[in-house]
Amino acid sequence: MMVELAIKLGVCALVLGGVLNFAGMQTWLERKQSALMQDRIGANRAYFTIPWWLGGLPVNWILRKLGGLGILNAIADILKLLTKEDLIPEKGNRFLHTLAPLLSVFFALMAFCAIPIGPTVHLWGRDIPLQVANVNAGLLFVLALGSIGVYGVILAGMVSGNNLSTLGGLRASSQMISYEIALGISLIGAIIWYGTLDLQLMIERQGTYLLGGWLPHWGVVVQPLGCLIFMTAALAHTKRVPFDLPEAEPEIIGYFTEYSGMKFGLFFLTDFVEVVLVSALTTVLFFGGWQVPYLAPDGFYFPWGAFVPVSHLGYVIWGLVSFTVKVTAFIWFFMLIRWTLPRFRYDQLMHLGWKILFPLSLLNIAATSVIAVATR
Amino acid sequence: MSTLSEQLLHRIRDAHKRREMTWWERTYLPAIAQGLWLTSRHFWRNLFLHIAHRVGLFRDVPAAVTIQYPDQQRQMAPRLRTRHRLTKRADGTPRCVACMMCETVCPARCIYIVAGEHPDPNVEKVPKSFDIDLGKCVYCGYCVEACPEDAIRMDTQRHDIAAYSRDGMWLDIKELLNPGSKQFGEPPEKFVQLPPPPSR
Repeated sequence: MMVELAIKLGVCALVLGGVLNFAGMQTWLERKQSALMQDRIGANRAYFTIPWWLGGLPVNWILRKLGGLGILNAIADILKLLTKEDLIPEKGNRFLHTLAPLLSVFFALMAFCAIPIGPTVHLWGRDIPLQVANVNAGLLFVLALGSIGVYGVILAGMVSGNNLSTLGGLRASSQMISYEIALGISLIGAIIWYGTLDLQLMIERQGTYLLGGWLPHWGVVVQPLGCLIFMTAALAHTKRVPFDLPEAEPEIIGYFTEYSGMKFGLFFLTDFVEVVLVSALTTVLFFGGWQVPYLAPDGFYFPWGAFVPVSHLGYVIWGLVSFTVKVTAFIWFFMLIRWTLPRFRYDQLMHLGWKILFPLSLLNIAATSVIAVATR
Repeated sequence: MSTLSEQLLHRIRDAHKRREMTWWERTYLPAIAQGLWLTSRHFWRNLFLHIAHRVGLFRDVPAAVTIQYPDQQRQMAPRLRTRHRLTKRADGTPRCVACMMCETVCPARCIYIVAGEHPDPNVEKVPKSFDIDLGKCVYCGYCVEACPEDAIRMDTQRHDIAAYSRDGMWLDIKELLNPGSKQFGEPPEKFVQLPPPPSR
């Protein structure tokens, strides 16, 4: 019993630590990637030194190098946010004003429970799934938590005692209705094709091959339209630039105007956690999750007949690395979109959600159903 | 048969009309892909160049257009009007003869000259003090053009000025004769004391 609890806690720590580190490093990635894309240098000035009796010169040398890369800006951000005054508007509701960012970040982090980050580990006669909670309707769980997450945003707008924040919260809710339907329906194609809602099972079923063993049976191969619709809707889910109507810091005023300090930081963290979440979901649903092409539990079976054996530990490590690399690539890709495309107008977003993505996802279901019935 | 100019006119008249987009263009997918291709090309090129610079390769190809200002100074055009200086004679005294031309022509009235006698009897006058208030100066360059003796120039290539008070923005004759000797960053000895508001 205690051992199982300890194993579960270990998996939780792995997932939570990974997610929070990915989310934290996105502040660095955001600064540096946008700088590189725009021929700039980006943040490179923030660093601190420690006194000599704590390590002295060699540690300070490393700190200076990290500062030159802009990594220590993340620490500067957090220190600044933690030491800022926490303002609650007079007209606002004290309790709900504090609750809103917590709700927001809580549901974003909860959704990672159902996401499998690696294959099941067989260790000391035990089967350890690298997944916090093995929910058999994992996909529904993730989508449901994603939808609840918007309550934090709406609440933040409503209880701030600021009419413009309220409008920002309402924009968030209307944006949510327009993309969430397409988000859910675009996945039905994948559910039909793989015949399961269990994410771990779905990944395992993506481990087969098409075209005589050459092409991995990934979601993007069999569901290209669904993948495109899902990624567009998922981008809207993250509330980042092409779809950042709810916050829109530069000009139209968003839902967290009345937030300062770490509460604002939590909203920011939520955005970054959601980017990690949709990257992980895209990976799991459409890009084979932790699967490595041609890697079976006992080794690589290449389509030209070669075989390279891999130990069980090696298989697990390959899976974890593959998942991490894919998620990182998608975070990079979403960041690339965020720094390339301009923001959608309010009516354009509604138009895109209701008149384009929704019918297209219905079409995708119909086409997938016909093909699935015809081929089986 | 239409001449070339008629064709051009026609084209200009039609320029405001939007071209009909094809079905494929109206999905905006090609435009989005083009944009992503452009930005990602910049990303990978600059990433490669930054790493190459670290190991000492391709140093002559810049990876960013940034000039890191306090550390790196931009090369200024020689004709740029920058902070003033007073030219000197061979014996080191200022070339200025305190004729007050520049003080008179200055539209911002930021030049204050007090004339004195020059030890050399062939030279009529010399400024005892020559102050410029950079807080007022508009860098028009009229003082340079008005000067009959080529005594004042605006070619020090210094253009940054930051001071803790308006008093700190004065250039005196010592600074003007030896540009760069004054430290603008230092707090002044005393801040400007505003007179108390008149009581009614």
